[in-house]
Amino acid sequence: MVDPKKKKKKKKPLDLNRRAMPKQAPEVRSHNFGEVALGYPAALAIEEAKRCIQCPKPKCVDNCPVEINIPGFIKAIAEGDFARGIQIMKEKNCLPAVCGRVCPQEEQCEEVCVLVKKEGQIAVGRLERFIADWEAEQGKIEIPKKAPKTGKKVAVVGGGPAGLTVAGDLIQLGHEVTIFEALHKMGGVLIYGIPEFRLPKAIVQREVDYLGALGVELVTDFVVGKTRTVDSILDEYDVVFVGSGAGLPWFMDVPGENLNGVYSANEYLTRMNLMKGFLFPEYHTPIKEHKRVMVMGGGNVAMDCARTALRLGAESRIIYRRSRSELPARLEEIENAEEEGVIFDFLTNPVKYIGDENGWVKEIECLRMELGEPDSSGRRRPVPMEGSNFIMPADAVVCAIGNSPNPLIAATTPGLETGRGGTIKVDPETMKTSKDRVWAAGDVVTGAATVILAMGEGRKAARSMHQFLTA
Amino acid sequence: MFKVVASRMIVPNMHLLTLEAPNVAREAQPGQFVILRAEEEGERIPLSIADWDADLGTVTVIFMNVGSTTNRLAALQRETSIPTVVGPLGNATEIEKYGTVLCVGGCYGIGSMFPIARALKEKGNRVITLVEGRSSYLFYWEERLKAVSDKTIQITRDGTKGYQGHISRLPDILKDIDEKPDRVIINGCTFLMKRGSDVTRPMEIDTWVSLNPIMIDGTGMCGVCRVSIGGETKFACVDGPDFDGHQVNWDELLQRRKTYMTEEVVPLRTSRCEEHRLRAQGK
Ligand SMILES: Cc1cc2nc3c(=O)[nH]c(=O)nc-3n(C[C@H](O)[C@H](O)[C@H](O)COP(=O)(O)OP(=O)(O)OC[C@H]3O[C@@H](n4cnc5c(N)ncnc54)[C@H](O)[C@@H]3O)c2cc1C
Ligand SMILES: Cc1cc2nc3c(=O)[nH]c(=O)nc-3n(C[C@H](O)[C@H](O)[C@H](O)COP(=O)(O)OP(=O)(O)OC[C@H]3O[C@@H](n4cnc5c(N)ncnc54)[C@H](O)[C@@H]3O)c2cc1C
Ligand code: SF4
Ligand code: SF4
Ligand code: FES
Repeated sequence: MVDPKKKKKKKKPLDLNRRAMPKQAPEVRSHNFGEVALGYPAALAIEEAKRCIQCPKPKCVDNCPVEINIPGFIKAIAEGDFARGIQIMKEKNCLPAVCGRVCPQEEQCEEVCVLVKKEGQIAVGRLERFIADWEAEQGKIEIPKKAPKTGKKVAVVGGGPAGLTVAGDLIQLGHEVTIFEALHKMGGVLIYGIPEFRLPKAIVQREVDYLGALGVELVTDFVVGKTRTVDSILDEYDVVFVGSGAGLPWFMDVPGENLNGVYSANEYLTRMNLMKGFLFPEYHTPIKEHKRVMVMGGGNVAMDCARTALRLGAESRIIYRRSRSELPARLEEIENAEEEGVIFDFLTNPVKYIGDENGWVKEIECLRMELGEPDSSGRRRPVPMEGSNFIMPADAVVCAIGNSPNPLIAATTPGLETGRGGTIKVDPETMKTSKDRVWAAGDVVTGAATVILAMGEGRKAARSMHQFLTA
Repeated sequence: MFKVVASRMIVPNMHLLTLEAPNVAREAQPGQFVILRAEEEGERIPLSIADWDADLGTVTVIFMNVGSTTNRLAALQRETSIPTVVGPLGNATEIEKYGTVLCVGGCYGIGSMFPIARALKEKGNRVITLVEGRSSYLFYWEERLKAVSDKTIQITRDGTKGYQGHISRLPDILKDIDEKPDRVIINGCTFLMKRGSDVTRPMEIDTWVSLNPIMIDGTGMCGVCRVSIGGETKFACVDGPDFDGHQVNWDELLQRRKTYMTEEVVPLRTSRCEEHRLRAQGK
């Protein structure tokens, strides 16, 4: 008889040493647009994967919006069977190279990993990225077998993560799928918003090409609501999925906001990413060389703008009305920004932009704030300190305070009900809208959220659309 | 890719480009615009739709060669193609029965005014078209405009045709011909639209202009096209491009259009000729 106590003792001790992922050094990366994080080499990935204790009831999976079989793919990595790893991954997630990079893992899968209490949670995101990059390195991507043709036609509006997911799911089920995208490139925020140094565009392109190889028809330069309405598309297609995102930028209604040198985050990032302004004049869309860029806001978008400005050689500052602990951005991105030299001005709020004689912003008048009682979001409310006005010099301002859905589609689609902030109303189980044969998901439904949520809800919509098409 | 069906200079420095863009042609209406890119690395620029043929699936734009993108567009040959033509964007010009409408066009706006005048005429308005330019040799599409107008007027800076001067002469011209339009619509360069709105304000004539701020996406996503109308910020690409000329903050628009002036000359100084480039690099 084996003493059960003894057996337990024999068990491998927990390895709580989360393996760090190599990164470009801050002083180097703050001058280039290359990717900041460099990814695990295979040996390190295997070491990290071996730390996972393969929970029989893995909590990590419950907290992943697309329910990836996390212990499964990690076990495959631990055993060095990367091909199996990617196969398991792709059962649930068609954009692992993207999610592994930009998912807020610390609030999802990694937050509930059983090892989190001992601060040794498994680096699920980094392993996800590793397995996806490994596949890409192999050069040939396997095209899965599609279900027999159903003869049904699906139109997807918007080529962001939600649209790409729906297209990927439905083409594999045998439907004919066309994506209509307003811009000249597919990818949504992944292409025009998130900067190259965080998510190389070649990776997004690879995923889009994969859909093309699966047979999805990719139509760019097509603004639904202008080039053609949803109703007119419904004449030709059996169903329509709307994944048009939350692309309408907010401004703060501060006097002087239309001065030259004041940008929305969308403009600033689109010039840089979609239009490749950092390669001007080789690419023809100009960007200005600014000396002192002030970014308003404290989310991921603000971090992206500030880190972009830094790489263009400017002094880059983030103006945020609360304190550091309330910053809504991911901790990793805040730390990256700090390391690179972005300066934070907390408890500060702009009240006026002041221009020079040529209409260019030259100064910002700000107010100091203090934190008062918590508001409905649970965060302490910033309260202006009377008479604390002061001036900061600046030659550019980037407004990164948020976005809401573009009203174009709702305005041109009779019968499509909208709710708060112009979001499209759906049944939360099926993502079906109030309009016959139309589904929606992603930021257009939730308001600005995350890539993985857009994908997860897109998947729900795809499931319901498939049911409808095959009923 | 969008095929070039016709490409030619119609008067000095003014070019006509007809493109195969059936999706745009099917939906186009007077006063709307397209955004196009001349090449893969190209900038996105807005150009008004000057004409279209839904059956042939073609769209025509008229543009002045002013900088790097229009330069490239001007050099396009037939049967080549460009990567982006997206539209029709913006709201169509309001076409109602107003009575007498004065359609003012200058520069590229002579072209974009044509479909507007045509639609107004079809709606039963009395249409007077007025073209303004530096000299008579810069006028084009005169026959086409005549065909859809009850009366045509010209103003040239050098007096080679019609009235001499510029749009600020409008009050005496109207007195001369004894007409008072119920509405004025102006398309063309920013100065023409501003000055035109300035002269019609004291006359209390409704005046609509087609604004031309810098744009990128043309769908309301970037906000670079913002203009102040009656003190309120609007996005010209989705809320316009047509606005009440008497409400526009013209100084702000003129200022914002200059944002990239220093950068815009850079590509013009960079030669596209391989030999020049190598020589510049000292090879
Ligand atoms: C700068 C920035 C950084 C971010 N960083 C992160 C991050 O690190 N992690 C994370 O998880 N999330 C991040 N997000 C949020 C995330 O990108 C979004 O939640 C996600 O992209 C939403 O996906 P979507 O498919 O719903 O919409 P989008 O990605 O917005 O895609 C919508 C697409 O629809 C197109 N479209 C819109 N209207 C029309 C129309 N009328 N006709 C045709 N096409 C149309 C748009 O051009 C766009 O391509 C970030 C967002 C931004 C802006
Ligand atoms: C709704 C709209 C309709 C227009 N219709 C016409 C038309 O029918 N014919 C025509 O000749 N012009 C038209 N314009 C102006 C035209 O877009 C600019 O002349 C063109 O962008 C110049 O580009 P470029 O690269 O050749 O010159 P650049 O050297 O880059 O710029 C020259 C000037 O053009 C303006 N400009 C530059 N980039 C843009 C941009 N992305 N968007 C808008 N303006 C810009 C700026 O004021 C700049 O100083 C229109 C503009 C708008 C907004
Ligand atoms: S998709 Fe996001 S939440 Fe799911 S496992 Fe990957 S990193 Fe975690
Ligand atoms: S909770 Fe953590 S240890 Fe458990 S299976 Fe998931 S990743 Fe592995
Ligand atoms: S051009 Fe981008 S919002 Fe109008």
